[in-house]
Amino acid sequence: MSAATARRRGVLALPWIWLGLFVAAPFVIVLAISLSSAGYGSPPIDFFIGWQNGHPTFNINLDSFELLASDQLYIRGFLNSIAIAGLTTLLCLLVGYPMAYVMARAPARLQPLLVMLVILPFWTSSLIRVYAWIGILKENGLLNGLLLHLGLISQPLVILNTPIAVQIGMVYAYLPFLVLPLYATLQKLDWTLLEAAADLGAKPWSAFFRVTLPLSWPGTLAGALLVFVPASGEYLIPELLGSSTLPMISTVLWTEFFGNRDWPMASLIAVMLLLVLAIPLLFLRGGQATAGRV
Amino acid sequence: MAPLIRLEGLTKRFGETVAADDVTLDILEGELFGLLGASGSGKTTLLRLLGGFETPTAGRVLIDGVDVTALPPYERPTNMVFQSYALFPHMTVAANIAFGLKQARMPKPEADARVEEVMELVKLTELGKRKPSELSGGQRQRVALARALVLRPKVLLLDEPLSALDKKLREHTQFELMRLQRELGITFVIVTHDQDEAMAMCSRIAVMDMGKVIETGTPRAIYERPQCRFVADFIGGANIIDAEPVGPSRVRLPALGVECAVTDSLPAKGWVALRPERISLSHEAPAGGPWPAGQVEAVAFHGDFQLYRVRMDGGVELRVAASNVPGDPKPGERAFLSWPADAPVALSR
Repeated sequence: MSAATARRRGVLALPWIWLGLFVAAPFVIVLAISLSSAGYGSPPIDFFIGWQNGHPTFNINLDSFELLASDQLYIRGFLNSIAIAGLTTLLCLLVGYPMAYVMARAPARLQPLLVMLVILPFWTSSLIRVYAWIGILKENGLLNGLLLHLGLISQPLVILNTPIAVQIGMVYAYLPFLVLPLYATLQKLDWTLLEAAADLGAKPWSAFFRVTLPLSWPGTLAGALLVFVPASGEYLIPELLGSSTLPMISTVLWTEFFGNRDWPMASLIAVMLLLVLAIPLLFLRGGQATAGRV
Repeated sequence: MAPLIRLEGLTKRFGETVAADDVTLDILEGELFGLLGASGSGKTTLLRLLGGFETPTAGRVLIDGVDVTALPPYERPTNMVFQSYALFPHMTVAANIAFGLKQARMPKPEADARVEEVMELVKLTELGKRKPSELSGGQRQRVALARALVLRPKVLLLDEPLSALDKKLREHTQFELMRLQRELGITFVIVTHDQDEAMAMCSRIAVMDMGKVIETGTPRAIYERPQCRFVADFIGGANIIDAEPVGPSRVRLPALGVECAVTDSLPAKGWVALRPERISLSHEAPAGGPWPAGQVEAVAFHGDFQLYRVRMDGGVELRVAASNVPGDPKPGERAFLSWPADAPVALSR
């Protein structure tokens, strides 16, 4: 093996080492905790592999698995999370696609500015920005004040601590993750293709559905997954803007971990959440492979 | 016969630039009409105005007697072959060609038959399932052509259709386009910057410069009897020589110190155009003189002819294209120039 080959392999190994140390190893630990029993020490678990009298002992505890399957709380948490994340993705698509489209068709000199405006909110802590929404949405907040002032409503609307507030916060927070990859895809689109479609008899909407949409599919899919995956595990926004009647799975996890100090259950939820999110990621890989063939 | 296409005072401004300047033009049915000009002359803008991709600042476009000025591309009886071909990369060749038929909601069996037929016409039969990225430049061009022709437009617009092809394929495709046009009887309007291409293919040519149509005519008329200096110079690079009238169809060329016959009488001071290939070169003064003489400055070998640059005694430089010149004048040698009586074309503008 030449030095160059060795160096190349060394470089290629780096991401794998990184993944192994910071993704695979923590996951294995979490998985191991989910199979252990809750205890009273610190950390509050009795690890399922032990060592006694010169022999390894195994004490696998599947209570958490039974509880997860039997208690509606967890299933509902998962379903809530997926529903809210799904709705967030859909709303982000409805708002974000036109945004990305307009950005991509804007004059070239304006485009860097528009991208900048989309990225700008990231310069402030997301916690601060969610708090700002409390100020907007609360009963005597900015939104109600404005609507009352305009005479559109006579009673302040109750928005804060409802699912609507969560949805507003989620769409607000995740919109850039959809807009940016979609903009990058649309920006590369050859607009002559739309002229060609029009020339062949396609009205603007028809040209959009037959040419623009299929060609922007990779960016749409990437953006949708970048919204859906982290949105499913979102904790901060439902905690600050939502109510306790519709807990998302991340809230349940937090309660198990810090409230009940049931680490095995919390770990099991984390593992299940990862599995739920890994499935759409596999779809993304499939989608990219398809896009690569276009 | 009423013209199929009529442009009336068509003007298009982009900010300060006037891309089409008060263009009035008739194109007849069944013509292979060429819009010829250098880049920036407005020929592509004119084509895009015809296709509906630009809205004119002023003027009207009539196709088959119908005012289409306000109609978008999808409502015009025109189809376009784009310079970049603009094939849909996510569709197969067959789907690209069927795009317009599907848009018109033609029943599938009928559409399939039409696609089949047009693919045969442009010799693409084997390639229906390929994607555009898997085709050569020439094949892509034929897909673009088929995609437009399958809709049987009244007018086919072609924007520099041969510019992306190599020289050999270009000549072949020229003949293919002429064959298609003849077989289908569809009116072709073709934009090109290549005068040889326009000459070879078109039934009529409009020469454009700075957004204006300078001159319209058959290739032969434009070549042999240009009406102005720009066209004489642009087509085939004629020598333009100052001239003053001395009698009916006769001028004096002060720079050369000779008098000669011209095609038309000049009303006042003007110019004559003298094509390089109509001038003869000789060591001895030919009969019927006096003929002007000069010194050969350079000779370029072009295969079927040689191009001479001759510095005349009066100081002007003339270009002479000749083959088999007796005595084979070399750079530095003196030579006489002579031409047949019908060679000099009188130009008053």
